[in-house]
Amino acid sequence: MSQTPELVVKNLHVSVEGKEILKGLSLEIAKGEIHAIMGPNGSGKSTFANTLMGHPKYEVTSGEILFRGESILEMETDARARAGLFMAFQYPVAIPGLTFASFLRAAINARIAPAAGEDGKMPTKKGIAPKEFRKQMLEQMALLKMDEKFATRYLNDGFSGGEKKRAEILQMAMLKPTIAIMDETDSGLDIDALRIVSEGVNALAGPEMGVLVITHYNRILNYIKPDKVHVMVDGRIVTSGGPEMALELEAKGYDWVREEVAQ
Amino acid sequence: MSTEANMDLRDSYEEKYGFHEPDSFVFKSRKGLDRTIVEEISRMKGEPAWMLEYRLKALEIFEKKPMPNWGGDVGAIDFQDIYYYVKPSNEEAKSWEDVPADMKRTFDRLGIPEAEQKFLSGVGAQYDSEVVYHKIKESLEKQGVIFLSCDQGLKDHPELFKQYFGTVIPSGDNKFSALNSAVWSGGSFIYVPKGVKVDVPLQAYFRINTKDMGQFERTLIIVDEGAYVHYVEGCTAPTYSSDSLHSAVVEIIIKKGGRCRYTTIQNWSNNVYNLVTKRAVAYQDATMEWVDGNLGSKLTMKYPAIYMMEPGAHGEVLSIAFAGKGQHQDAGAKAVHMAPNTTSKIISKSISKDGGRAGYRGLVKVVKGAENCRSTVNCDALILDEHSRSDTYPYMEIEEDKVSIGHEATVSKIGDEQIFYLTSRGIPEEEAAAMIVSGFIEPVVKELPMEYAVEMNRLIQLQMEGSVG
Repeated sequence: MSQTPELVVKNLHVSVEGKEILKGLSLEIAKGEIHAIMGPNGSGKSTFANTLMGHPKYEVTSGEILFRGESILEMETDARARAGLFMAFQYPVAIPGLTFASFLRAAINARIAPAAGEDGKMPTKKGIAPKEFRKQMLEQMALLKMDEKFATRYLNDGFSGGEKKRAEILQMAMLKPTIAIMDETDSGLDIDALRIVSEGVNALAGPEMGVLVITHYNRILNYIKPDKVHVMVDGRIVTSGGPEMALELEAKGYDWVREEVAQ
Repeated sequence: MSTEANMDLRDSYEEKYGFHEPDSFVFKSRKGLDRTIVEEISRMKGEPAWMLEYRLKALEIFEKKPMPNWGGDVGAIDFQDIYYYVKPSNEEAKSWEDVPADMKRTFDRLGIPEAEQKFLSGVGAQYDSEVVYHKIKESLEKQGVIFLSCDQGLKDHPELFKQYFGTVIPSGDNKFSALNSAVWSGGSFIYVPKGVKVDVPLQAYFRINTKDMGQFERTLIIVDEGAYVHYVEGCTAPTYSSDSLHSAVVEIIIKKGGRCRYTTIQNWSNNVYNLVTKRAVAYQDATMEWVDGNLGSKLTMKYPAIYMMEPGAHGEVLSIAFAGKGQHQDAGAKAVHMAPNTTSKIISKSISKDGGRAGYRGLVKVVKGAENCRSTVNCDALILDEHSRSDTYPYMEIEEDKVSIGHEATVSKIGDEQIFYLTSRGIPEEEAAAMIVSGFIEPVVKELPMEYAVEMNRLIQLQMEGSVG
């Protein structure tokens, strides 16, 4: 994997409401790679995911995020998404009254209409044909073992934990990002749901997509095999290694890393 | 109604609805209101003596009644600075070809003839004080359905008209019903005979063109036993720097087992005071449904009412109020249970942004002896920014113990997390906010016929333009 990495994060410092959470995080991810960031609660994993996506609450105080060679720090969230970044949410947000299908179609159309979003205005172009959209969606839903009725339900409204996560993967499948961030996707999933979701991610991961799995537990990494595992403590990546590191963490816990860092 | 072709989301109200044609009336009363003006209106219409008398009595009531001191601020209305009667043409046309060119041009721009062709059973189009076009499908006419302008109804069906006119909303009900009763002009007169079901909607469109104008249409709908009608009204006006007044009265009578649905898409320009009294009486097993969308106007005060007079009657009010900059929507509902075993449902969705004020003001009343009534009220408010305001005034007058009354109210702000979620999928922020608002009103919009649902969502998007960033 000698290509230029799609995502390059250099010495990133991020504050939330004046408190520094990320303290010099660096990471590189290329297409076709699967990376995992593991770390204890409060280490800044979700802050990192949300910062990549441009959540307004997170303030980058120094450092750089390059996506396909360009800085994205000045880009709005929607522009980052259209450029090819995607985040599967830990807690997907409910939008009552908005059907899953019309939401997803709007997301796809936002990519098709190049004029959209440039000045914050709405797209005026037609976008994907409803028939074609439906066909693609139903194909992906079948892979994720989702009922057809799902399409007409309101977005994340009354979805079970497993349904929410499957819906996130379905969006990822339809939006075909270059880099997908999975923020604690394994939380709240039973073992069957975890397997289905992981299979979904594995089916999508390939030469055209890089994946960043953010997790507290080793569990999801039994299903999604990372090329690299990074351990995050107190806002920084303190050590990195191959897939075997996940097992080591599982066996020894995070205290071991903390001690190593301290030494 | 607008179609894909003539509706570009980037256009503003100004271009789409806010335009006006040069004045081209055949008669315009002088400004102001007094006995002479009322007599003049009645004389020009060639009305029977009883109607003139009715009008003059109403004028006296209007003059005596104080302005309402609740709801919105009506203090700035100068009743002497308004044209009360502007007659646009000499007769009602039955063909669009016979409508004067400027008026036809207006209704073309608003998409009315096109909508008539596509999805309506009949159309009335009012321009200032009079209806300039009126037509109903022949098949309905043959079944005895009457759909006329209110003036024509009085001329052609004097007995039926007199039997019901003013029986649901007396002149003295409130100051503005008195005003309407004194100077009413235009509106619709509908009679649906026993058992006849008008499944495809009838529509009336109300257009103000003249500056400083008052529009006072009057509507009377009689749904006979087991009959059904869906009536839709739309309205727009030019954007003027001075204020206009729209004050309508709508009376509906639904007999045993009948059903009426009355849908409003109110989209007045932001210089119109919209002060309307609407009330239906529903007899045994009859159903009244008000679907009320309020997007436009400077101030709207409107509380569609249902009086459930006999057992089995059912009433519903589904309402949306959207207040943007400089707007106050004081909308609501009244459900009055006059008999046992009657049911009502009120769903209100109000949205405020850019300093606008939207709210719900409603009354549920159950009289003594009206046992086993059920009523549910849900009012939800969505506030889009910190400058805007929402009010909820749910009044209850329950005089009977054996009833089931439910009330739920929520107030929410458009969430940053919701916006972040949608934008993280590539949807621009402004569109994301519009999608959240559309979702919020979906429970009401889904009750609209498809064409109107599309229209409503487009109007919401129009309102949402420029709301972010």
